[in-house]
Amino acid sequence: MLQGKVALVTGASRGIGRAIALELARHGAKVAVNYAGSEAKAKEVVEEIEQMGGEAFMVQANVASSEAVEQMVKEVVERFGRIDILVNNAGITRDNLLMRMKEEEWDDVINTNLKGVFHCTKAVTRPMMKQRFGRIVNIASIVGVSGNPGQANYVAAKAGVIGFTKTAAKELASRNITVNAIAPGFITTDMTDRLSEDVRTEMLKQIPLARFGEPEDIAKVVSFLVSDAANYITGQTIHVDGGMVM
Amino acid sequence: MADVLERVTKIIVDRLGVEESQVTLEASFKEDLGADSLDVVELVMELEDEFDMEISDEEAEKIVTVGDAVNYIKSRM
Repeated sequence: MLQGKVALVTGASRGIGRAIALELARHGAKVAVNYAGSEAKAKEVVEEIEQMGGEAFMVQANVASSEAVEQMVKEVVERFGRIDILVNNAGITRDNLLMRMKEEEWDDVINTNLKGVFHCTKAVTRPMMKQRFGRIVNIASIVGVSGNPGQANYVAAKAGVIGFTKTAAKELASRNITVNAIAPGFITTDMTDRLSEDVRTEMLKQIPLARFGEPEDIAKVVSFLVSDAANYITGQTIHVDGGMVM
Repeated sequence: MADVLERVTKIIVDRLGVEESQVTLEASFKEDLGADSLDVVELVMELEDEFDMEISDEEAEKIVTVGDAVNYIKSRM
């Protein structure tokens, strides 16, 4: 399905990003596995892809830094000759009630989760425009649509990503570059494992499909959005949340 | 120096699908040659490749006419 395609997945060492990297590789894409700090985990992802007969390499970059991102994209293009797919997945949380939130907590989350999307998208635009082909998928969050107490920074960043997605989609459509977002609901990852049992029980009540999602639930929608089956979809935000927000 | 204009003209003709006769030094990419903002960005990218130079975003914004592009390239050669 994705034979000959080259994909860059940010924050691909763990959680949803890891599942996305593996899923794209399973469909034949060559994958650049970006990570910021978890080198050992990123290595595991690369090895797993190689074991299934795919091609991958790991590339360190903090997406909040424009220089690091430009260097990363250069490396991907040098290594694989092109770049067809970008999945902006890297994200962090620094939860706190609005009244207690420090400026630093706000800035950290905005810089990685929103500015990082800007840097990466900008950096791939040039090669994608030249190719007259590109598929960009931004991993937003359902809380960017619904709001969530204790996550003003995270929610603002994710809502920003949804708006950014629509604008990038309009700017780049004439060059056959589609830009879509996925808004995951409650997915079992390190990020959500941190939540207390009470919060989890409470959240489960709000999910019509009555279960938490798995990283693979998101990865499959990514592989759909970057495949030929989704050629006519752009600027959309797909909720993958078990029906939590409608 | 005519060579620069020739090479620039060829790129513009290819990219924008205009007649060679329309490509004068005074011609504005957007006003006279029917380019939109994205076309201009792409033209600048192609000029960078053709002349093997990097044109910063700030410099690129100043390129409005064919003459601007030609002069900028000459000044950098």
